[in-house]
Amino acid sequence: MNFTLSKEHQLAQNLFREFADKEVAPLAHEIDETERFPVETVEKMKKLGFLGIPYKKEYGGQGCDDLTYVLMMEQLGRVCGSTAIIASVHTSLCCGALNNAGTEEQKQKYLRPLCDGTWLGAFGLTEPSAGTDAAGQCTRAVLDGDEYVLNGSKIFITNSGWADVYVIFAMTDKSQGSRGISAFIVPANTPGFSVGKPELKMGIRASTACELIFENVRIPKENLLGKEGKGFGIAMKALDGGRIGIAAQALGLAQGALDNVIAYVKERKQFGKPLSKLQNTQFTLADMETRVQAARLLVYSAAVAYDQGQPISVKAAQAKLFASETASYVTNRAVQLMGGYGYMREYPVERMMRDAKITEIYEGTSEVMRMVISGQLLK
Amino acid sequence: MNIVVCIKQVPDTTEVKLDPKTGTLIREGVPSIINPDDKAGLEAALRLKDQYGAKVTVVSMGPPQADAALKEAVAMGADQAILLSDRAFGGSDTWATSTVIASALKKLDYDLIITGRQAIDGDTAQVGPQIAEHLGIPNISYAEDIKLEGDHIIVKRKYEDRYHIIKCKLPCLITALSELNVPRYMTPGRIFDAYRNEELATKVWGVNDVPVDTTVIGLKGSPTNVFKSFTKAPKAAGNVYKPDTAEEAAQIIVDKLQEKFIL
Amino acid sequence: MNINDYKGVFVFAQQVDNKVASVSLELLGRGKGIANDMNTTLTAVLLGHNNDEMAKTLIQHGADKVISVDDPMLEVYMTEPYAYALTKVIENYKPSVLLLGATAIGRDLGPRVSARVHTGLTADCTGLAIDEENGNLLMTRPAFGGNIMATIICPAFRPQMATVRPGVMQALAANADAKGEIEKFELEIPASCKNVEILEIVENKPERMNIQDANVLISGGRGMGTAENFGQLEKIADLLGGTISSSRACVDLGWTTPDRQVGQTGSTVRPNLYMACGISGQIQHLAGMEDSDLIVAINKDETAPIFNAADVGIVGDLNAILPLVEKKIAEIQAAK
Repeated sequence: MNFTLSKEHQLAQNLFREFADKEVAPLAHEIDETERFPVETVEKMKKLGFLGIPYKKEYGGQGCDDLTYVLMMEQLGRVCGSTAIIASVHTSLCCGALNNAGTEEQKQKYLRPLCDGTWLGAFGLTEPSAGTDAAGQCTRAVLDGDEYVLNGSKIFITNSGWADVYVIFAMTDKSQGSRGISAFIVPANTPGFSVGKPELKMGIRASTACELIFENVRIPKENLLGKEGKGFGIAMKALDGGRIGIAAQALGLAQGALDNVIAYVKERKQFGKPLSKLQNTQFTLADMETRVQAARLLVYSAAVAYDQGQPISVKAAQAKLFASETASYVTNRAVQLMGGYGYMREYPVERMMRDAKITEIYEGTSEVMRMVISGQLLK
Repeated sequence: MNIVVCIKQVPDTTEVKLDPKTGTLIREGVPSIINPDDKAGLEAALRLKDQYGAKVTVVSMGPPQADAALKEAVAMGADQAILLSDRAFGGSDTWATSTVIASALKKLDYDLIITGRQAIDGDTAQVGPQIAEHLGIPNISYAEDIKLEGDHIIVKRKYEDRYHIIKCKLPCLITALSELNVPRYMTPGRIFDAYRNEELATKVWGVNDVPVDTTVIGLKGSPTNVFKSFTKAPKAAGNVYKPDTAEEAAQIIVDKLQEKFIL
Repeated sequence: MNINDYKGVFVFAQQVDNKVASVSLELLGRGKGIANDMNTTLTAVLLGHNNDEMAKTLIQHGADKVISVDDPMLEVYMTEPYAYALTKVIENYKPSVLLLGATAIGRDLGPRVSARVHTGLTADCTGLAIDEENGNLLMTRPAFGGNIMATIICPAFRPQMATVRPGVMQALAANADAKGEIEKFELEIPASCKNVEILEIVENKPERMNIQDANVLISGGRGMGTAENFGQLEKIADLLGGTISSSRACVDLGWTTPDRQVGQTGSTVRPNLYMACGISGQIQHLAGMEDSDLIVAINKDETAPIFNAADVGIVGDLNAILPLVEKKIAEIQAAK
């Protein structure tokens, strides 16, 4: 057992840290305040191959691994939750589904431009009446000659409006329940497809979460991803991978808040001494740090398991459950330690606290994670 | 075209702190980086490669750990890495260092050699011009812009208050300023290649691989030695004055400036 | 090499546009002291074209002798003709010590020549002294970004070469009556030395120098009161050949630009003079400037922490004091 990152992973971590500090952190406050999608950062990440890290070079990817991707997510999350989720949904969910279920032709046509920095991707599963209960899909796809015709809508879709291609789930056979769901590749410029108004969110405010509307959207049947009726499995598998990415984002948010609060308590003086000299501060920091380290071990080990081809549903659920709740705990304590300043938008910890909350909710709530974990125990 | 870029791994001196009790340097935990001027030189070489096509070889002299700097250079886009590492090279001053590096470069094909102006740990700015001298080729220091024109290079050479636009026939050596450019980031895939692709593995050359007179290298062969090193003595406590008039205050300041030769 | 054959202190007299560089006069000032300690003479080596006036200037500033190489190829600095000429001077006159300014010229020429004659060169010195025991030149320089100082010797090779940072040595006042020998060193510089071509010379007087490069920083804080008051700082900085800097507060207020910021989140600076005007001196600011050679602080709050770091602290109204400082500096400079 070896808990040290390999030299290549360490160097990649340095790269992501530098990129996060120099390119991402300076924008984080502004894009949160103005709810602006950081298109310039996304372009930089495309150019540097950051949006195809775990995928093979023959598909335009970087030929690295999931651990490398997780290291990037952690560093992005450390300075900007919004930027992290943009990369995560693209990489884990959109590219992940294509990589897992796509034909060679589909991979060359869609995965390659997504990985090599030409396109941005998104993933449409959630509907107004199908959140955690994903099987309650109302969007329908009907085969008409050589084309599927999609009708319905999706909500809370990350990268909506900015993505070039969407992986969309729709019912091809309502009577089969979750076994009637199929996955489709929908280019953004397909007639009948439109993006609704942006939702106003508590956190990750620079990422988009719009409604997607499908009005007789006709796509060639070659764009069916996997077999008809296999969409639910494709979605669940992509989400398993995605949860490790979200866990890493949460880990980064926690680390970012911890870094900020450590710097603050060393400087801030009350009662004639720095806050760092108070035992309450010291003990709280110790608890924060310990949880962050525990989260890091769970996240990295889930990524390594993924790279080794082990079953990861439970490991991913554990990593996401613990890391997201750690992010909420640590950011909340960080605000508390900083008192009134922590609550001010001038300091980043209040943003991190808002951003942390969503990690307990999206790509499977903490409750779903507990179902997955206990389901394994009790089967 | 073959471009050789000489780089040095240095401690990030902005992170170096002094132990307030002992007055010694705290080196522990100080990250090692590619010297900034050298990194700009590498970026300049990679841009020439992008524009005109070239093979870029990075060369570094240092302990085995200096390979990390070479790996980073390869991850930025260099094609080949050579590490000059041997106990016999240890303790070399600039004269001896440039002698070792020049001897190694004689084994390589080069049209253009780029070094950084100076390293942030030593700040000497000597090794580049000295390599050129040992190789008998022209050097152009302090380059802020580099263009290629046929078999000539055109360099914007910086002085304190002017530039010389200099044209020079290849081969020659250029020393680059960090102002030359903003170096590119590595890419994740190239990082993996640097460590995992056998063809990109660093070649390590010791004293037996480099045709050099061993009496003029290393600590013993170096013309200069460190006589002693010390930290600046803490300054004596200053004086605080409460002059009655602004005139008096100004006089105190100006007197001090004269005393310290600032005026 | 018999090092006893090498005698005398030589200073490379740098000229640009047929004007002697101020650092070369500073080196003559310090070189005089070293020559005295070594019981020898001080010689300036002048490479240029139409050198006569400059040679006189060098005598007036302390050179006992000037070796002048007068050649059109030396009018404008180019590495190889200069390296050729300086090497020939060394070979012919065998100096024990050769000092150059640590300028864009000296730091190019010095290494090239030291490699050619096979001797040591110590870069960017801030202190020079003679070892009383053996007469070696002790060359002291900062290393590791100024965190430590190292004293370097070159015991077995000659000349002992050093480049010296501008602004740290004191030039002697010009003495119009000074006598000295001006020797023309006849030299045929081969045409092959001209191995580069200068296509163009472009003036580049930067609007504002980088604060890390400045020897003098006149720095303002919140106590300046308004952005306009920084004009007063500019005037003093201009007189002293420096530039302005500021605390973070002034950047946040928009009074100055981020490139001016000194401190933990700005730049770390080590000028010869740091004049802190209306800066309270929070620890983050002190971390960025406390290694400056001379720190002068003006603040009306006598409890301001800046006074703990200052060599000279003035409790008073900077708006009243600064114009008088400017006036007095101008007067002193005019008198020179």
